[in-house]
Amino acid sequence: MDGLSPVLDGFAVVLEPENLLYCLIGVVIGMLIGVLPGLGPAATIAILLPLTFGLEPVTSIIMLAGIFYGAQYGGTITSVLLRLPGEASSVVTVFDGHALARQGRAGTALGIAAIGSFVGGTLSVVALTLVAPLVAGFALDFGPPEYTALALLGILLVATVSPGGRLKALVAAAAGLLLATVGRDDFTSAERFTFGSLSLADGLDFVPIAMGLFGLGEILYNLEERHRAAQAPAAINGVWPSRADLRQASGAIGRGGLLGFVLGILPGGGAVLSSLAAYALEKRRAKHPERFGRGAIEGVAAPETANNAAATSSFIPLLSLGIPANATMAVIFGALLIQGVTPGPQLVTEHPDLFWGVVNSMYIGNVLLLIMSLPLVGVFVRILRVRPAILAPITTLITLIGAYTVRNDVFDIGLVIFFGVLGYLMKKAAFDPGPLVLAFVLGSLLETSLRRSLLLFDGNPLLFLTRPISGTLLACLLVVILLPVARTVLARRPATPVNR
Amino acid sequence: MTAPVEADQPPVAGPGANLIIALIVVVLGVAGLAGSLRLDVGGPDAPGPGAWPAMVSTALIVLGLVLAARARRAGDAERFGRPGLLVLAAVGTMVAFVAVVGTIGFEIPTALLALVWLRLLGHESWRLSIALSLGVTVAFYALFVGALGVTIPHLF
Repeated sequence: MDGLSPVLDGFAVVLEPENLLYCLIGVVIGMLIGVLPGLGPAATIAILLPLTFGLEPVTSIIMLAGIFYGAQYGGTITSVLLRLPGEASSVVTVFDGHALARQGRAGTALGIAAIGSFVGGTLSVVALTLVAPLVAGFALDFGPPEYTALALLGILLVATVSPGGRLKALVAAAAGLLLATVGRDDFTSAERFTFGSLSLADGLDFVPIAMGLFGLGEILYNLEERHRAAQAPAAINGVWPSRADLRQASGAIGRGGLLGFVLGILPGGGAVLSSLAAYALEKRRAKHPERFGRGAIEGVAAPETANNAAATSSFIPLLSLGIPANATMAVIFGALLIQGVTPGPQLVTEHPDLFWGVVNSMYIGNVLLLIMSLPLVGVFVRILRVRPAILAPITTLITLIGAYTVRNDVFDIGLVIFFGVLGYLMKKAAFDPGPLVLAFVLGSLLETSLRRSLLLFDGNPLLFLTRPISGTLLACLLVVILLPVARTVLARRPATPVNR
Repeated sequence: MTAPVEADQPPVAGPGANLIIALIVVVLGVAGLAGSLRLDVGGPDAPGPGAWPAMVSTALIVLGLVLAARARRAGDAERFGRPGLLVLAAVGTMVAFVAVVGTIGFEIPTALLALVWLRLLGHESWRLSIALSLGVTVAFYALFVGALGVTIPHLF
């Protein structure tokens, strides 16, 4: 029972009325901002981060969990109603979700998505509760060489599965690593790329970068998009799925949850991969696969359950290893750092209250998402009917004023604008900002670990291969690099006999 | 799985634009490398503060050169057209906002930014633009100054 007591203590904190209220506020505003077309979970969390600054650490983390789940679901709403996925992991939901909406069953699609998200998320939190402390215990033996290999692998995997081209994702990641070097060197205190500015001496803050690249960059891009086709959301009727719908979707929800949890642990877009895999699995299992793409309820249930389960299980590498698995986790990583929580193997043993506070807030976030999403669907439809011309200045001003609250410094507003313009230009030039933010977050850890390792190895990098964990991780790194090359070579092969 | 979600695809940038993008990456890498070499790079057994940025900058240069070599075949970047002017104007209003917020407080810049975005960029009616920009300013004052206690410079 001793092992259970920190978990139960965590629940006691999370269930305090004030914390519940902030979680509720988080879910609602997470959905309100996440429902705006183009703004995915990473952008939504980045924009809303300042709202959590003035709160107690546990309360702010609980509110953050609410924002996280609300923002995830916000993307689903736009997928179904507008055929605009909020993020890559909701792309497959568009196929059957919007088809259902065209048949006048948008409410059913959103209802099933909410229930699937709840089941997937909750199952995943239960598994996370059991698995994360074990992984953290294993990672306690990690030294600088292991962290070097792990951080490198994490960045490379995220770049590999990036929605843009692989090469451009690597450029973005390298730019993020370079930005992370701005400020005073941890080893020698030498100033790097500060150009004599005092505001840059402590390095670039993560929040203006995330707010600018994900939030403002997206708003500026949408400003241009606004002059293209304007869309009206599909009409909504009953949001409660019928018993027959639930029966039909139950298997897909179960399988999607399991698949999502397993794939979500993998660094680099587990949510995207799992939603695609869950959809493909259901289509393959179906007696009438031709229904898929034409409004099959399993086509919404499976990917939505899987992506929420994966989004939750991607907390495992973050909380137990201190390695964010994707861009959204990178934003959450930054948010936790601001609250004085450093995710990593020591968190569960040294700060069990915070660790279990973070984990248990996910249970509450999931429950509140289910309670709030269905009754509020009508409100979201009304928001989607508001013209983008009205929403754009409001979101921009929240971002600009919010940026000030990071360090009470006007310089940070300037940084947000700079990174907002950079985010816009990156989007125009087809560079995914996700690898940049992730590499920025991991940059300091990677450099410090690498330099410590080289000191340890007396400058011989081959000694990385002599340690079992760092050697294995570097072998995985090699596979990740060589696999696409091998795939390209194999793809060219069948062309030969045809040409003959 | 590859069915297009958006039928309305934006115009694609030409090879010239792709080459410029690649050159910007190379220039960024060269600038980073020059800055790193000005710091102490050290040796493999004791890397200095310039070693890591030098490695990353070199990687940027190599990646930029590969991008340049593929510029002719690339078709993923979007062309910069007239709607880009709208973005430029929007950025101008934000720069003005940050320039004056420290001296005159956030209320007037907030109202003006909202008014310009609503009326001039969004082509909303004067009545709606004025009402909304004032409403947004009051709401933000209540939220940030009143409820959250943010110390942003303010008039009232």
